Amino acid sequence: MKDLVIIGGGPAGMSAAIAAYENGIQDILILERDEHLGGILQQCIHNGFGLHKFGEELTGPEYAWKYEKKVRELGIECKLNTMVLDLSDDKIITATNSEDGIFQIQAKAVILAMGCRERAKGALNIAGSRPAGIYSAGTAQKFVNMKGYLPGKNVVILGSGDIGLIMARRMTLEGAKVHVVCELMPYSGGLARNIEQCLNDFNIPLKLSHTVVETHGKDRLEGVTIAQVDEKRKPIAETREYIPCDTLLLSVGLIPENELSKSANVAICNTTNGAVVDQDRQTSITGIFACGNVLHVHDLVDFVSQEAEIAGKAAAEYIVGRQNENLKITVKTDGKIRYTVPQIITKKKDVTVYFRVSDVYKNVKINITDGNTTLLSKKRPKVAPGEMESITLKREQLENAKELYFSLEAM
Amino acid sequence: MERKLTCIICPLGCALTVETEGKKVISVTGNTCPRGGKYAESECTDPKRTVTSTVKCIDGSLVSVKTDTPIPKEKMTECMSLINKTVATLPIAIGDVIIEDAFGSRIVATQNRGL
Repeated sequence: MKDLVIIGGGPAGMSAAIAAYENGIQDILILERDEHLGGILQQCIHNGFGLHKFGEELTGPEYAWKYEKKVRELGIECKLNTMVLDLSDDKIITATNSEDGIFQIQAKAVILAMGCRERAKGALNIAGSRPAGIYSAGTAQKFVNMKGYLPGKNVVILGSGDIGLIMARRMTLEGAKVHVVCELMPYSGGLARNIEQCLNDFNIPLKLSHTVVETHGKDRLEGVTIAQVDEKRKPIAETREYIPCDTLLLSVGLIPENELSKSANVAICNTTNGAVVDQDRQTSITGIFACGNVLHVHDLVDFVSQEAEIAGKAAAEYIVGRQNENLKITVKTDGKIRYTVPQIITKKKDVTVYFRVSDVYKNVKINITDGNTTLLSKKRPKVAPGEMESITLKREQLENAKELYFSLEAM
Repeated sequence: MERKLTCIICPLGCALTVETEGKKVISVTGNTCPRGGKYAESECTDPKRTVTSTVKCIDGSLVSVKTDTPIPKEKMTECMSLINKTVATLPIAIGDVIIEDAFGSRIVATQNRGL
């Protein structure tokens, strides 16, 4: 029996563990499948982490170390190289590692912090066979930064998410030639600073509204055909262009890794692919919480840590038996606002709602209404799908609320 | 002359407009904070970048490193050659200096190894 079991020892898991500890729970166990704590941060050796949280610019491993050090100082128990196989809705965890074999733990509360994985080539329907040389950007990142292997010399990158942009620079610095970054959408999914310092610094062209339509080569990738796409994202035949290359990196989105959540019958949101949660990040199963990229994909690790603190604190309160209030305010969106986290509010307190939009919109008002009453209206000069937004609702504003509706209005 | 820049100091990525006369910066607009102004000034006169990479350790493993202050942008490739011909001894703690002199900066470890 454990008070709190946290599945995943990345930034979310570590931050949740520390928060739970600081809120009075000491009987904590972190289960991590890798051989070290820190999750994906260990391979993100570039800088740019921690500006919000620590006011300084850190690399991924340095950011992870700040939390790992704290976890060690507090003496929080961790099992590394440990794979969780199953989680039940009555919070029994089945896991395995080479020392303990297969074992089960009953937990009073569970925090899901498994992170996300990359969308793979199979999801893209690109024509061609399966030659060597096609990698997800994160796999290539692991090869270069942790194993010391360069996956290829002539590179095309599909997708302009941050990992793709970061890898364009990294491969270039290690001596590869990155010919082009293609982005299906008419805008980049990555941060403006990364387009500047990862592409423009090295004169790597970014082709918006372009995609890879075919890969060539049987044993090893020999080239790709790229093409411009129309407004419906259909490739335009006349614009097909062959680019010889030995490597194609895919940076085409991240998917929360919720197999365990599903085995525990946690309700999953169709838009985020993560759990449906309340303001405490509690899922539909009482006592099971979720935070970080397993809940919804974040752009900054600082926000992952922040969210995990909410989950860790709430899990600690749940363990000591603090009751839920008998309240249920649902949060709905108009589609232009694609999703919110949380999706439900169950306590009357100040609540910060995080959300993402579905397209780039300029000069808009974000309206939060309850029936015919407007609770809050905030202006934004620009919103984009790549940047998570947040709005804080005051306790008083939730006083008589039944259903919150988030909508976007042009100004 | 007017120059358009994207600030790389934080994730906001402000769109900066810099008015220059020769190498001298006359005005900066579009920045949300003072650091953006400083960045624009430095970018137009003496552009600098932080380089992050990995150094090989004697046991064959890798340790991640960074320049502890930004170095001149045009020295990035040379800096990479310097990093790539270095082999570090163990153990290494975060913050340990791996290369003393690298284009006005130092190369420091950003990971622990062999501790």
